[in-house]
Amino acid sequence: MLKALVIDAGNCTGCKQCEMACSLENEGEFNAAKSRIRVFDFHTEARFVPYTCTQCDEAWCQQACPVNAITTDSLGVKVVHDNLCVGCKVCTIACPFGTVNYNASTGKVIKCDLCGGKPACADACPTGAITYQDVEQGGFDKMKVWATQSANAATYDGPNVPKGSQASGTGH
Amino acid sequence: MTACRPAEPEPASKGIALMKYVVLGAGPAGVTAAETLRSVDPNASITLIGGEPEPPYSRMALPYLIYGKIGEDGTQLRQDPGHYDQQRIRYIMGRCGGIDSRSKQLFLSTGETLPYDKLLIATGASPIRPPIPGSNLEGVENCWTLEDARNILKYADKGSPVVLVGAGFIGSIILEALYLRGCKITVVEVAPRMVARMMDETAGGMLGRWCEAKGVQVLTNTRVTGIAKGAEGGARLSVRFSNGLSEPADLAVLAVGVRSNTGFLVGSGVAVNTGIVVDEYLQTTAKDIYAAGDCCEGIDLSTGKPDMLAIQPVAVEHGRIAALNMAGRKHRHRGSLNMNVLDTMGLISSSFGLWQGAQVGETGKLIDEHAFKYMKLEFEGDKLVGAQCVGMTDHVGMLRGLIQTGFHMGEWKDKLLAAPERLREAYVSVSQRAPTTGPTAPHVKTPVVEVSHAGASGH
Ligand SMILES: Cc1cc2nc3c(=O)[nH]c(=O)nc-3n(C[C@H](O)[C@H](O)[C@H](O)COP(=O)(O)OP(=O)(O)OC[C@H]3O[C@@H](n4cnc5c(N)ncnc54)[C@H](O)[C@@H]3O)c2cc1C
Ligand code: SF4
Ligand code: SF4
Repeated sequence: MLKALVIDAGNCTGCKQCEMACSLENEGEFNAAKSRIRVFDFHTEARFVPYTCTQCDEAWCQQACPVNAITTDSLGVKVVHDNLCVGCKVCTIACPFGTVNYNASTGKVIKCDLCGGKPACADACPTGAITYQDVEQGGFDKMKVWATQSANAATYDGPNVPKGSQASGTGH
Repeated sequence: MTACRPAEPEPASKGIALMKYVVLGAGPAGVTAAETLRSVDPNASITLIGGEPEPPYSRMALPYLIYGKIGEDGTQLRQDPGHYDQQRIRYIMGRCGGIDSRSKQLFLSTGETLPYDKLLIATGASPIRPPIPGSNLEGVENCWTLEDARNILKYADKGSPVVLVGAGFIGSIILEALYLRGCKITVVEVAPRMVARMMDETAGGMLGRWCEAKGVQVLTNTRVTGIAKGAEGGARLSVRFSNGLSEPADLAVLAVGVRSNTGFLVGSGVAVNTGIVVDEYLQTTAKDIYAAGDCCEGIDLSTGKPDMLAIQPVAVEHGRIAALNMAGRKHRHRGSLNMNVLDTMGLISSSFGLWQGAQVGETGKLIDEHAFKYMKLEFEGDKLVGAQCVGMTDHVGMLRGLIQTGFHMGEWKDKLLAAPERLREAYVSVSQRAPTTGPTAPHVKTPVVEVSHAGASGH
């Protein structure tokens, strides 16, 4: 059954437990700078938005990779293969969401891979702002709403629409 | 132009006549196109032609081969050796010598004549050989093909003196590879700065200073005037410069620009400007012939005008869109965004869109010469249209997102003009609406937006 991260920014208190959990799980260290999920902090509005890769159907990062180092696993997750990645960083400028990033200490890139099906961020989140839900249970729709708000990146009144995606823009 | 003419009457044989697609060129544009054709037409016959005796590979991966991060296998566009068979894509090698667009066939150097129903030209580009005396000597190489990379490995080792001619984007990528290979490098550039066509003086200056600090000799405003055999017992070559000086070199690498591969199109009815002329469906001026990648002049999203952008993501984008159109799924190409990312011995820079700025626009800048940090944002109205970064890599893709989408930045424009480093906040803010549930949500519920899922899934 397909599952997805569902992010409900309204429940986020900005504690950043998710960043710590992600960095520990994937990098073996407490270093928010290496977390694949980031919490953006809007000081003036007292608002926090956890933000990570939405595992696009037709992923920009994947299509731009010159050596096919990003593949899609059985859960639909876009996974970077360290043994193939040459560290060219083209994916980091190709992803219009900015959610694949260069890790200078390995010379490769990192992005969310849902921890192979057990996302540490969702486990760590104390308020339920990040949950990992079955696609069928409606969570996925929410996720899509969340995703398309930025996937508007592709559809809003901008000059370019990526192949295939024609979801209607929402405006502001 | 003869776009979209009804298909020729199918031969009234039993069963469906199979479409014969031929894709000329096995770089990222060609391979992506062949795969896309297969994904939308399970029965068609698809032939992919490579012009070099190699499996389809990525030129972009060559620098990593040069400094040993990967082996030759690692340069391949697709890793599974059975990939093309599995996709029922016939991969053959041969150079195309000409095309007859009336009888719809293509002639290969191997003597083979291939008939096609629809043809994609994805022959890429070739490096320009500058008219420098001595440029045909052994040890003077381009860095464009796998064969070139093998030669570079042969002529330059750890400690070898190397002269690199050209410090544009590709030259600078090669610079990093030679540096990491341990070569002793002199780089010569006619322009007053490095990466002159990717970034401005401030950024180019930072890169130059950084290189010099790493022990690379950078000669700007300088030309190579000649290359001669080196002295007996010394380095293989001696390279002379317009400043009157010369340098010994075991290897000279030429990276002074590229030109589209279109020579074989003379008389074919396919019009060529600096690259192959294509319409917004990536169709050429000849019926049933399309073009994609470095060989053609696709639309530049920022200007709306045709231009040869010559970067990997554009080649892939073209390949997909051209293939969909070839298969009869009309797909208009609205333009590709020019963008580059460069690692210069640890100093990472990137540029997007109209990095030179809009004709009438405003600029936000953040400069820290000391820390090698630079960020410049270009606005037209309240939209971001271009950007440059040095020394920052986190979430840079957001710049693409904002530029490509044409989001109205609203109040964020002034905030970014004052403080470009607030980019990420701005991005999340304009691309994500405020939360509609939870403690920080508004107390009066706003209506939820209808999102259409139609067509959002993959092919
Ligand atoms: C060293 C280097 C580093 C680069 N780094 C980057 C980078 O960091 N980022 C980036 O975006 N881009 C980079 N590029 C550019 C990128 O590689 C090209 O934009 C890309 O390869 C274009 O793809 P293409 O499919 O159009 O053409 P190509 O990859 O050039 O493929 C052309 C194909 O056509 C074949 N061919 C040519 N002529 C004929 C003929 N007459 N008959 C039959 N076959 C023919 C060739 O053999 C080849 O198979 C780099 C290039 C080089 C050389
Ligand atoms: S990294 Fe970016 S392009 Fe790749 S799947 Fe995630 S959101 Fe999509
Ligand atoms: S950095 Fe790695 S994963 Fe990203 S495009 Fe380059 S090779 Fe592919």
